[in-house]
Amino acid sequence: MRYSGFKVFTEGLFGNKGWKPAWRDPAPKAEYDAIIIGGGGHGLSTAYYLAKNHGLTNIAVLEKGYLGGGNVGRNTTIVRANYFLPGNSEFYSHSLKLWEGLEADLNYNVMHSQRGLINLFHSDGQRDAFARRGNAMVNQGDDAELLDRDGVRALLPYLDFEQTRFPIYGGLLHRRGGTARHDAVAWGYARGADQRGVDLIQNCEVTGIDVENGRVTGVQTTRGAIRAKKVGIVVAGRSSQVAAMAGLRLPIESHILQAFVTEGLKPVIDHVISFGMGHFYISQSDKGGLVFGGDLDFYASYAARGNLPMVEHVMEAGMTLMPMIGRAKVLRSWGGIMDMSPDGSPVIDRTGIDGLYIDCGWNYGGFKAVPASGWCMAHLMATDQPHEVARRFTLNRFATGDLLDEEGTGSQHNLH
Amino acid sequence: MRLTCPLCGERDRREFYYYGSDDYLRRPAEGAPAAAWDDYLHNRDNPAGETRDLWYHEAGCGQWLAVTRNTVTHAVLAVDLVAPVAQKRGRK
Repeated sequence: MRYSGFKVFTEGLFGNKGWKPAWRDPAPKAEYDAIIIGGGGHGLSTAYYLAKNHGLTNIAVLEKGYLGGGNVGRNTTIVRANYFLPGNSEFYSHSLKLWEGLEADLNYNVMHSQRGLINLFHSDGQRDAFARRGNAMVNQGDDAELLDRDGVRALLPYLDFEQTRFPIYGGLLHRRGGTARHDAVAWGYARGADQRGVDLIQNCEVTGIDVENGRVTGVQTTRGAIRAKKVGIVVAGRSSQVAAMAGLRLPIESHILQAFVTEGLKPVIDHVISFGMGHFYISQSDKGGLVFGGDLDFYASYAARGNLPMVEHVMEAGMTLMPMIGRAKVLRSWGGIMDMSPDGSPVIDRTGIDGLYIDCGWNYGGFKAVPASGWCMAHLMATDQPHEVARRFTLNRFATGDLLDEEGTGSQHNLH
Repeated sequence: MRLTCPLCGERDRREFYYYGSDDYLRRPAEGAPAAAWDDYLHNRDNPAGETRDLWYHEAGCGQWLAVTRNTVTHAVLAVDLVAPVAQKRGRK
């Protein structure tokens, strides 16, 4: 079924009785050409691009819960391409271009809103660093504008510009940055993959990975054994557990990252604002809630809920930046399980076991990467070669020293 | 989450700095191959469940602590001083 304004109109006339489920609910077959473990954003987009770009349609996505129930449904929905390092820069640039054509491509409204992202700076040194980052973004072919204090004031008059600790000097404006409806991204990719013949199998937990003579032959699941010559692990915070089924030990530590949303308010914040010095970022959803988050809780955790010290820190940072939000009531908070890599950059690579591929290490930045991650993982699984824009996301770069340390803080688990 | 420091008693999480897995107590010997160092520095079991990791009582006694805890429930099962733990493993 193709979605359109006309379809919405005619369905409205006839009691909305013509809508059908957006995807099938198939039973697993005994064998597929390829299996993707993980029905989140990255797994679903991998399946979609395997089918669309590479013509592989005898494939299955195995999801232990329901589609899009993990990090793709619990993030702060920010989409941007403001990376500095070669290796990251071209990847996120590619991803943003895919975002810009995503709704037409998927025939699905993912509510992609390029409302502009502003990274604030608070000193001369930070301004220089942001000017350099902006130049790197422009050289990559993306957009960046350096705003002085008056420039920021014109866009965001409600900030506290005179705060004593972090007076606002200006900001780096990335106009093509913005937000998207996170669940809709998972649903759109799921529907697109399903329409191309991909089996999306929910409530199907992988319990083992079969390897014979250094080659993957299939997986064991709670719904029986399934054979496949190619298996992709795309399970974010649970990467270590699934990889261990194939005897792999990953450079990943899972951490908790919290986010918050307030009650619905009238439109007040028109952009995405990033206040790096307070580890705070905020935007307003189309429903009116202020969506904001902070830094990691900074210890390994699978609890999907955080601790109060970080809640307090995030609220303090928000009040420092924009005291006007002090009367808003926080509606709920939640935590996601982040697959943190030592250098803060991801992995899309082979594993040393033939036919077994892994896509992990997205840290706290996986949402904006959903299209390009799937695009590149599909390329890797179909051709056995890394995609050009993801060629530096190797699994062994920590051993070789070929790091992608965007923050420049070092290759150590507790630093990113 | 609160940790019970063996020297200071039960204290707020904010007094402690998290370093990482107790893999850091199993430092490779001098001259070990590069792969052993890579494993020591980067690769982790990263368990969902019981784990043991190193914390530093930064705003307290300044001791390194080995904390046995559950990563799914946040229950803290034991807090030991690192020095005796390391000695038991044969490190001076």
